[in-house]
Amino acid sequence: MAHDHDHHHDHPDHAHGSSLTPIEARVRALESLLLEKGYVQADALDALVEMYETRIGPHNGARVVARAWTDPAYRERLLADGTPAIAELGIGGRGGEHMVVVENTADSHNLVVCTLCSCYPWPVLGLPPVWYKAPPYRARAVLDPRGVLAEFGLTLPEATRITVWDSTAETRFMVLPLRPAGTESLSEAELAALVTRDSMIGTGQPLTPETAQ
Amino acid sequence: MNGAQDLGGAHGFGTVMPEANEPVFHSEWERRVFALALAVGYTGTWTLDGSRAARESLPPAEYLSASYYEIWLAALEAQIVAHGLATQEEIAAGASAGPASPVKRVLRAEEIPPRFSAGFPSDRPPDAPALYAVRDPVLTRNDHPIGHTRLPRYVRGRRGVIERIHGAFVLPDASAERRDAPPQWLYTVGFEATELWGASADPGGRVTVAAFEGYLLPGTPQ
Repeated sequence: MAHDHDHHHDHPDHAHGSSLTPIEARVRALESLLLEKGYVQADALDALVEMYETRIGPHNGARVVARAWTDPAYRERLLADGTPAIAELGIGGRGGEHMVVVENTADSHNLVVCTLCSCYPWPVLGLPPVWYKAPPYRARAVLDPRGVLAEFGLTLPEATRITVWDSTAETRFMVLPLRPAGTESLSEAELAALVTRDSMIGTGQPLTPETAQ
Repeated sequence: MNGAQDLGGAHGFGTVMPEANEPVFHSEWERRVFALALAVGYTGTWTLDGSRAARESLPPAEYLSASYYEIWLAALEAQIVAHGLATQEEIAAGASAGPASPVKRVLRAEEIPPRFSAGFPSDRPPDAPALYAVRDPVLTRNDHPIGHTRLPRYVRGRRGVIERIHGAFVLPDASAERRDAPPQWLYTVGFEATELWGASADPGGRVTVAAFEGYLLPGTPQ
């Protein structure tokens, strides 16, 4: 949003706040109030932002997928009970207390949505992208999943059955995508680099060694 | 409640607009709203379900025209006032005009990593056996509660099948209001897309929801 510099430069009494948009001023006021009341601490707010902006993200889920692709026993544990299997890799916590991992196969595809709000598996995927929380996706994923996937550039064969998982409780869903062909010689870390966020939501497929270039 | 949040199956919202290389936050104020909502939530003054209820209680026109973090901000301000943490006047002024209310706890930076990686599980020991078993047919209740609930309209009054049993969980309908209620069994219920959407369904498609036992009635095999 454009800053409103021009109108206020000549007014000394506005000099401090004049560059704030209305919502920036509103949030700043709320934060000041809550700090003053002692309900929140500034360093804790900074630490929360830092954690979700830099440390928790889809790179975590990618490690889970790559392990499942390379370790059949791990894949079985992951599909049978997601939360403890994900915890084996040191991943878990808020927004992922009750994980369910669903597997794509040659003729079935899974797609995750939260039609009622924005439920999303934070520990493995981070905070959700805007489109996941916005009305177009929430409205249409359950009614017209094939049309939604086409908007992501993903066209599935007609014979592929799509299951849509609506995240209506504290169970959180992650898709285990199909391992791309031609990746037999890749290491677990190299495989993890092929796993995209969208492939774990179901709105995309993993990269291949060719598309990853 | 049948609010603007219950979007499944709605038409007219246009195409999905993925953003390439999307940042986690789009501006500094979004970072602050996110952190404030989590940190004030941690005081234990309300529940996560209470926050969801506050967000979906925004007037539909406001809900649908606001951005995601604008919705969070409006709901947070409303909850702060409703629960007596501050007054509307104090929020408008951005300054305290009286003593703080006592809260259960205040989030400290050093406890974030252990506390957030442990998470806040919402499963509870069941106080009764599960009524349904995997593969049982069920019928979802056609109910329209005015308070918070987690059965979307598009699956109400529909025939489905129990696919998974997740255990007993805190019931959001009660938790949103801090009302005591026994934990309820939570199931994955699967529906054929045709049961939900008729001729408009994706051929061969299926939709599942996570449904609490109280949302369900015994069904008849399809």
